[in-house]
Amino acid sequence: MSAAERLRSNPGAVCALAIIVALISLALVGPLFNPNNIESLDWAHVAAEPGVIGAHWFGTDRLGRDLFARTLEGTRVSLAVGLAASAISLGVGISYGAVAGYVGGRTDHLMMRFIEVLSGLPLIFFVIFLTVIFGRSQYLLFLTIGAVGWLTMARIVRGQTLSIRQREFIEAAVASGAGSARIIFKHVIPNLLGPVIVYATLTVPQIILFESFLSFLGLGVQEPHSSLGTLIAEGAGEMEAAPWILVVPGSFLALLLLCMNILGDGLRDALDVKER
Amino acid sequence: MTPALTIEKLAVQFPQRTGTIFAVREASLSVQAAECVGIVGESGSGKTQIFMAAMGLLAAAARTDGSVRFEGREILGSPPAELNRIRGSKLTMVFQDPMTSLTPHLRIGIQLAEVLVSHSQMSWHDAERAALRILERVRVPEPKRRLRQYPHELSGGMRQRVMIGMSLLCEPSLLIADEPTTALDVTVQAHIIDLFRAMREELRMAIVLISHDLGVVAGLADRIIVMYGGRVVESGRARHILQRAEHPYTAGLLKCIPDLKGPRLERMPSLAGQAPSPCSIERGCAFAARCPRADARCRVERPLLREFPAAAHQVACHFPLSS
Amino acid sequence: MTRYFFKRLAGAIPTLFIIITAAFFLIRAAPGGPFDQEQALPPEILANLQSAYGLDLPVWAQYGRYLRALAHGDFGPSFKYKDFTVTELIEQGFPVTLQIGTAALMLALAFGIPLGMFAALHHNSAADYAAMSLAVVGIAIPSFVVLPFLGLFFGIYLHWLPVAGWEPGSIRHLVLPVIALCLPPLSIIARMTRASMLEILRTHFIRTAFAKGLALHVVLLRHALRPALLPVAGYLAPAVASIMTGSLVVESIAGLPGIGRYLVQGALNRDYTLVMGMVIIYSTLLIAMGLVVDLIYAWLDPRIRFGR
Repeated sequence: MSAAERLRSNPGAVCALAIIVALISLALVGPLFNPNNIESLDWAHVAAEPGVIGAHWFGTDRLGRDLFARTLEGTRVSLAVGLAASAISLGVGISYGAVAGYVGGRTDHLMMRFIEVLSGLPLIFFVIFLTVIFGRSQYLLFLTIGAVGWLTMARIVRGQTLSIRQREFIEAAVASGAGSARIIFKHVIPNLLGPVIVYATLTVPQIILFESFLSFLGLGVQEPHSSLGTLIAEGAGEMEAAPWILVVPGSFLALLLLCMNILGDGLRDALDVKER
Repeated sequence: MTPALTIEKLAVQFPQRTGTIFAVREASLSVQAAECVGIVGESGSGKTQIFMAAMGLLAAAARTDGSVRFEGREILGSPPAELNRIRGSKLTMVFQDPMTSLTPHLRIGIQLAEVLVSHSQMSWHDAERAALRILERVRVPEPKRRLRQYPHELSGGMRQRVMIGMSLLCEPSLLIADEPTTALDVTVQAHIIDLFRAMREELRMAIVLISHDLGVVAGLADRIIVMYGGRVVESGRARHILQRAEHPYTAGLLKCIPDLKGPRLERMPSLAGQAPSPCSIERGCAFAARCPRADARCRVERPLLREFPAAAHQVACHFPLSS
Repeated sequence: MTRYFFKRLAGAIPTLFIIITAAFFLIRAAPGGPFDQEQALPPEILANLQSAYGLDLPVWAQYGRYLRALAHGDFGPSFKYKDFTVTELIEQGFPVTLQIGTAALMLALAFGIPLGMFAALHHNSAADYAAMSLAVVGIAIPSFVVLPFLGLFFGIYLHWLPVAGWEPGSIRHLVLPVIALCLPPLSIIARMTRASMLEILRTHFIRTAFAKGLALHVVLLRHALRPALLPVAGYLAPAVASIMTGSLVVESIAGLPGIGRYLVQGALNRDYTLVMGMVIIYSTLLIAMGLVVDLIYAWLDPRIRFGR
């Protein structure tokens, strides 16, 4: 059975994929169906329960802002930041790992030692530390979020590179006089696709989670933008009076993360990738 | 006298998504008390799976059919709790890979003593003393020191002796030895065979010696059973088979044993072709493709096991060598 | 065994030292001083404050001063909580964090390992799928989502447990936070144990154990458990890191006065000494955990003890 067939026969993964697509579509297209926007304050319906009045399908918050619009915006922000940071993280991780695996020897050893040391440290403390020093800034946010996940990707890629390096077509390329950089980017990296896809799918939810975590604590995305993390923080404060302010963004985030993880697991089974 | 082990029409299958694996297509045999039976065959012939079935050690996915009686009592399909009463005490098994068959994090003494503690009411203290005695019996040097060591501190030969000792602790009626010497050096092999010989004389127990190597079996067995393609193809007294095998496969195996006294050969004799896959559907005799005596009938009609040329000898062949 | 331990200890101390030094100099190198955000202060008052906090000394002198103070367990005064020293804040907050952290770790092990073993023994059954599905949920959904939901359900709808707040010695207030904190590591441990157990059950030495006629529980507990736990032991340090991270959020939501909450506040307020103190505490904990894990490894696998 090919990988695609294996994935298709996994009901959990297929379901998860469908839900993710649905959520993303909703986030992108949903606002077209609803007249409210994220900033307008509806003083007539403050902290209203979800319902049909005023088209506040998910209710409103303490300031009268429509929760439907805000949640969808939060989803868009979380996804955007998550995907952008993932791209950075994956780029760094793949390059680092490919270089380490290809060059080998002492360089590889040193590079891997560096990763080992970094892996032991919980990232949040780094972030907090850097926040104390440099204050809150959007660039810092991207940098630190991108720092999640490049470690694992670097390790996976290095392992794969090491095994690919032994294969004949690499010898042929070297014999034909191709430079190291060229070999790495033209030959090694395209062959890494399988494991990279799997771990990318698992990295994206990690990054989204970390961003939400930071935003929740107040260290992440700043006003006027709000990500799902910020919304959840607000909702947690209003739990007793207006639980939907928590439940809606919370469910969105939980569902998104859950489905991404299930999909990632399904991909891992389908592509039969094992971590070195 | 009840035979130690009676196996009747045993079949072992592993249903898979891609098809069924017929590990044992059908086999019947018996082992008398205090008798040594050698089971010979290539990998895939089913020789090991028969006894894994008897011991209840088959993988969960296995499907069995037929009957296995130990000292008259049916044990095939018994629940583990019941099997555990005879497994490891009266019916024991030694495996072929001593390097990986002992638990790495437990001392030798514990691994030996626990057999006695769980099968009899012995205390740990007494059990360890019995373990010491058994180590002496299987000729492990410095037994007291060995008891307190971990498996990785012992050599392969010593670990196999420990395994054999473990299987002798409760004075079994039947010991199944699955390729006990395959993973060991030739010199150590000879010592282990000697050990089996000595144990057999001292303990009057039945032994089943499974091997792909006729030479190993030749020195020890009273009777030999030859398996091919998941079935028994020949069975009889050891001397008979070794001197005058009836089945072409057995004859082929015998020819493969290098003879130090014979003329110098240009090439080593071997059997052409490959054993049939356990997944394949049977058609006619499983050995027909490799048999120099095969004809059209062999490829279509599977030969049944019958007594030939005498009562104590059985062959499954349309053209046995004496005919 | 003791020699092994001291060797590892000797390796850990320089690491801690490096962390402290790096943290110290990084902070000093930061743009802007700790008082920059306050309204512009008259220069004399600024000078007084600076000398009071020792900021007018050359950097090396400050470093020496800090190290000496550390040796006496003095982390310096908090820059924002003017009436407290960092040491006092740590003493107040640490027990709470330690309580919930340890409880979460114990629960994760106590429930995760048996769950994993159960799933392995009932491989491919409905119970196995159910258990592993729950595990995915536990891993994917972060504690800052779980805890409010738990609070909503058990606190506001069912009125069984308090949603937030804390009283000294109260257990009821800790139940929901600890549960939210232990779910991710519990799920990971369950999955790990299951995978590891499935592998162990296929080994030759387990086959031997069954062939010896040992009862199932003996085979599992005496022969299979220790090697099966090896990967879990390797996960202990990341588990502690994960619980530490989670405690920041859990303490904030549940209003528990632990050091996690101080750390977050310290970051938002740019309270240097407080953050430094917290980082040192957390680093020490992690490094200590690493040492403990090494010891556990050596116990689980005798081959390591003999120095492979």
